[in-house]
Amino acid sequence: MASVFEYAPAPESRAVVDIAPNYGLFIDGEFVDAADGKVFKTVSPATEEVLSEVAQAGEADVERAVRAARKAFEKWSALPGAERGKYLFRIARIIQERSRELAVLETLDNGKPIKETRDADLPLVAAHFFYYAGWADKLDHAGFGPGPKALGVAGQVIPWNFPLLMLAWKIAPALATGNTVVLKPAETTPLSALFFADICRQAGLPKGVVNILPGYGDAGAALVAHPDVDKVAFTGSTAVGKEIARTVAGTDKKLTLELGGKGANIVFDDAPVDQAVEGIVTGIFFNQGQVCCAGSRLLVQESVHDELLHSLKRRLSTLRLGDPLDKNTDIGAINSAEQLARITALAETGEAEGAERWTAPCELPSSGYWFAPTLFTGVTQAHTVARDEIFGPVLSVLTFRTPDEAVAKANNTQYGLSAGIWTEKGSRILAVANKLRAGVVWANTFNKFDPTSPFGGYKESGFGREGGRHGLEAYLDV
Amino acid sequence: MSERTERLSVFKTYKLYVGGKFPRSESGRVYEVTDGKNGDWLANAPLSSRKDGRDAVVAARKAFGGWSGATAYNRGQVLYRVAEMLEGRREQFVREVADAEGIGRSKAAAVVDAAIDRWVWYAGWTDKIAQVAGGANPVAGPFFNLSTPEPTGVVTVLAPQESSFLGLVSVIAPVIASGNTVVVIASERAPLPALSLGEVLATSDLPGGVVNILSGKAAEIAPSLAAHQDVNGIDLTGTAADLGLAKQLEIAAADNLKRVRRPRAAEDFTADPGTDRLTYFLETKTVWHPTGSLGASGSSY
Repeated sequence: MASVFEYAPAPESRAVVDIAPNYGLFIDGEFVDAADGKVFKTVSPATEEVLSEVAQAGEADVERAVRAARKAFEKWSALPGAERGKYLFRIARIIQERSRELAVLETLDNGKPIKETRDADLPLVAAHFFYYAGWADKLDHAGFGPGPKALGVAGQVIPWNFPLLMLAWKIAPALATGNTVVLKPAETTPLSALFFADICRQAGLPKGVVNILPGYGDAGAALVAHPDVDKVAFTGSTAVGKEIARTVAGTDKKLTLELGGKGANIVFDDAPVDQAVEGIVTGIFFNQGQVCCAGSRLLVQESVHDELLHSLKRRLSTLRLGDPLDKNTDIGAINSAEQLARITALAETGEAEGAERWTAPCELPSSGYWFAPTLFTGVTQAHTVARDEIFGPVLSVLTFRTPDEAVAKANNTQYGLSAGIWTEKGSRILAVANKLRAGVVWANTFNKFDPTSPFGGYKESGFGREGGRHGLEAYLDV
Repeated sequence: MSERTERLSVFKTYKLYVGGKFPRSESGRVYEVTDGKNGDWLANAPLSSRKDGRDAVVAARKAFGGWSGATAYNRGQVLYRVAEMLEGRREQFVREVADAEGIGRSKAAAVVDAAIDRWVWYAGWTDKIAQVAGGANPVAGPFFNLSTPEPTGVVTVLAPQESSFLGLVSVIAPVIASGNTVVVIASERAPLPALSLGEVLATSDLPGGVVNILSGKAAEIAPSLAAHQDVNGIDLTGTAADLGLAKQLEIAAADNLKRVRRPRAAEDFTADPGTDRLTYFLETKTVWHPTGSLGASGSSY
């Protein structure tokens, strides 16, 4: 195994962010306590340090927030598109200005490495608002016929893996099209959404247009079931997504779901090994594998299996796991004790079912939630680690002989969110991409995102698209 | 010499259309279909069972690879061929629609003409929808990025109850135009034009299994189709008058997250259909590839 060079610590300064000891819910432009006075603590998953105490929304708060959003809807939707767009441009610019602060905040609350929040999350957040800002006064030209109308109040529930980015994916198109929003961030990562509330204040956004309700699943369930919510957007697990689909059945609520995945990353024998290895690492270890579109199944052509695995293990041995605020860190903390327990249990199942486990040799910090990069070889399609979404830094390696077999195995899943193809042969890329039942196919790259590029799944990975012109449809009466 | 008698006409045994064949219901059941005006007996139609529904899904799944993989040009020609075959059988359908819906000949003729023209409309769409609904995305990086619409898969369609022929064509043609395959439950009260359409489809170069036509009670067959794990989408148009059933089916459809098109009140099938139904059962696939960076050193060619 290659040894890791010693690096001096290079921590990003915490001083750029000022976290208050407590936060309220953001309803109708004000920070307020929960109606029942409940609060919960949000901790740094890297240290288990309590970062802040946050008001916990309940049903009464959902009622208040939806009422505020409804009240704001009439004026907001009647505003000329150009004016709505300018609010969004303001928000985009303020996010750019405050991006270092928000990157540090996100890393503290989520546990992901600062190099990811700084170089991926925050630039994409600002870009998303900038992109949809431009759509606000061009909706007549979006291909949905003349004068498409906003739906009303959007109830949005987002996950903890990309807290601010998922907020941007939800709020930017909703506001651009003239809807108002009640958004529930995940219970383990409420802080960046609350900082976003402050950005709305700085941008002068009218009261009630954006409402933020930190809380647990019960608040999310109350929000999606609320009779005055016209649009439900959810990103999270497939099980919860199905429950939401049942909840909105028989109503007029428009629904989009962005759910789980078990993406296949297919490596053919002609792929350049070093590039493929980098792509595999990006595919499954970006954000500790806590990514719905992760390339969590490696399908490698049998003839290059040994060579590829040798290089992959050597590369994984050089990944730096530790302090997420350190600029050299590759692998940060797992987001919560609960998620760590789930990853641990699934990895144990992998071993128990007979797959061979290999773990990167790295030292885990003594406090916080950590899981070393892990891969399983000798995996068959029947193994749990090849079927269930692990949502952690665990890669299952399967083999194939022919392109047809690769496609059949890649598609053998209830999910259909992402896939990867590594080969030098152009016609093979196009043929395989054509056959894959997945919403996003990365060829000779992986985990690339852009506001102009529609994102979303086939099959049980959900429906509807976020991003691009397609992303407008979810928020318009078309 | 025996007396000349009026010739006795030959009745048609109406049968299902599944996998390109014309089976009876596996249950052996039929129900009486009467005309839309006086309630006179017209024919017996197969009373499909849940098993007929499952057989139809198997046929639709088997046909999906070939139909979705066919070129858009080819699908367009097949849909146009359906219009050609219908035109040749115009008289038959005018009579069947007049009987089924209890309307006069000239009204029925207008319905059939509109249905023929609807096939022509969708025939022309097959090779245009990808450019309208997809395209290149200008991402902020050195990547080629293309979004393409693809068919959702096997779609169950509950055809409208009232508009037994134009409505039927209006709900199945857009779904198959983009490459989906269909299991359609015909109007319960007026299934005969739908069952006869099977004969037209069978002679239109449409591969067997792309459209599968069932007659019977939606309340009996549809729940198992809505819950079927190998069905990817469901169009509930035919439940417009039974919102309780619509809700029940939508809940069942959540089990494997089918795409659900909810019923809409009082749809006018004579109106311009637009692209709504054409785009409903589509998935967007986005493919990325690095472009490299020729000329990055400053040359502007």
